[in-house]
Amino acid sequence: MLKVGQLHVYYGGIHALKGISFQVREREIVTLIGANGAGKTTTLKAISGLLKGANGSIRYMGKEISSVPAHSIVKQGLSQVPEGRRVFGDMTVAENLALGAYHRRDADAIQTDMEWVYELFPRLLERRQQMAGTLSGGEQQMLAIGRGLMSHPRLLLLDEPSMGLAPLLVKEIFEIVKQINATGVTILLVEQNAHMALSVADTAYVMETGRIVLSGPAKEVAANSEVRAAYLGG
Amino acid sequence: MVELTQEIIQQLVNGISLGSIYALIALGYTMVYGIIKLINFAHGDIYMIGAFTGFFAITILNLPFLPALFVAMVVAALLGVIIERLAYRPLRNSTRIAALITAIGVSFLIQNIALLAWKPDPRAFPDVFPFRSYQVWGIYLDNRQLVILGVALLLMVILHYVVHYTRIGRAMRAVALDDEAARLMGIDVDRVISITFAIGSALAAAAGVLVGIYYNRIDPMMGVMPGLKAFVAAVLGGIGVIPGAMLGGLVMGVAEVMVVAILESTWKDAVAFAILIIILLVKPAGLLGRQTREKV
Ligand SMILES: Nc1ncnc2c1ncn2[C@@H]1O[C@H](COP(=O)(O)OP(=O)(O)O)[C@@H](O)[C@H]1O
Ligand SMILES: [Mg+2]
Repeated sequence: MLKVGQLHVYYGGIHALKGISFQVREREIVTLIGANGAGKTTTLKAISGLLKGANGSIRYMGKEISSVPAHSIVKQGLSQVPEGRRVFGDMTVAENLALGAYHRRDADAIQTDMEWVYELFPRLLERRQQMAGTLSGGEQQMLAIGRGLMSHPRLLLLDEPSMGLAPLLVKEIFEIVKQINATGVTILLVEQNAHMALSVADTAYVMETGRIVLSGPAKEVAANSEVRAAYLGG
Repeated sequence: MVELTQEIIQQLVNGISLGSIYALIALGYTMVYGIIKLINFAHGDIYMIGAFTGFFAITILNLPFLPALFVAMVVAALLGVIIERLAYRPLRNSTRIAALITAIGVSFLIQNIALLAWKPDPRAFPDVFPFRSYQVWGIYLDNRQLVILGVALLLMVILHYVVHYTRIGRAMRAVALDDEAARLMGIDVDRVISITFAIGSALAAAAGVLVGIYYNRIDPMMGVMPGLKAFVAAVLGGIGVIPGAMLGGLVMGVAEVMVVAILESTWKDAVAFAILIIILLVKPAGLLGRQTREKV
């Protein structure tokens, strides 16, 4: 479904991605783990078309999308929930969700998706007229995911959804990720929380300073002794 | 006592008329700043072009007031979009100072083209409404003031509706808050920026035509002072905040009229700068502005 080949990204003089290649198969949960600064966010931004200086091939549903503008990529069913949630703080929960469906015209289907999002996150329903900026961190993460779902994605990119959340909430979020996947949405999950990510993923890639250093079925990666030492606390 | 009250109300009425014109211009500054963090110094000149377009629409095309106003707004909207496209978009990723200097350059360019094409001498704006004055409880109101207030109010109500209740308005607010996140929503940010310039420029053009009617004269340099004052009004209200521009414009108009009434008219233009200095010292974020977090 998504095939990234020899992707390079430079930020001025910094070589942030040094030719990474990986793929995401339809209906899978694929995780990209690695320490802070490894290049995970850069990878997702390049896929979503947010970076000008990206070099290499990004094929989505058989089509090259590396030069397609970000707003058109969303229309093709590839949606991203960015790092740090990035909800529109001065807008209501309902407006944020409506923005997720910005490019769609199918009012009935949008309504159905909205109901589904409120079902996944009942707290958003309670707070739908509240300003997004006044929500707690966990609620903002739910809103960010809900907003991403409102575009009706086939492939959802999630950038560190567990960041800054209490362990119980992290569990809840990962449960939701599994539920979303069960409805047929393919997921590319970026995480520093390797333990949780490996427990839900089918396939895993490990990144270190702009390179993919290890890949395989999530279970095998989790059993790898170097991964255990570096990311899973022994 | 009654006389003093009447005098104050009279000045308020005059100030609000003038202020609603400043408010219309200030909206363009604030909307553009809100979305790309650029002070569009050519905005006052777009207002001037609007006034001239209205003038020609009335004198050459023989259009009545409202169609002439509409033509002026459309022409200015196109001009705003073209300026953004040619002058500002190529500098989107360069320093703010580069864009600012470019804006000043565009302003000079428009002024000088207008000076060449239309000569520096003021022209008499045609009398679209034969002057008529009404007196209510000792307060004078004329039909031009009523037209200015009516048009300005109507345009602001429409703007409020568009910004808050339409798809494009939601997109404009989203881009202003976080343009990268807006891209991830499938919003074409370049298009939203174009539309913002179009709306801001159209409002300035409406102000230009209204000023032509109010003062009966227009000239190629007419955009300089009102442009600066409207900019101060936008800062006063909180730059980037739409209701702030409306409030700032009204305060500016009333302050100017009051100062002229109390002191003398030579102080007229000093008011704006006094207000600017005070606001920057006391509340730099503006009356309705929030202490903004800089975007990273
Ligand atoms: N906008 C930027 N400008 C310059 N360097 C950047 C920028 N964004 C990220 N980097 C650098 O690129 C590298 C990868 O960053 P990032 O993709 O954010 O890593 P991760 O998401 O894995 O923590 C880091 O060294 C980071 O400092
Ligand atoms: Mg990151």
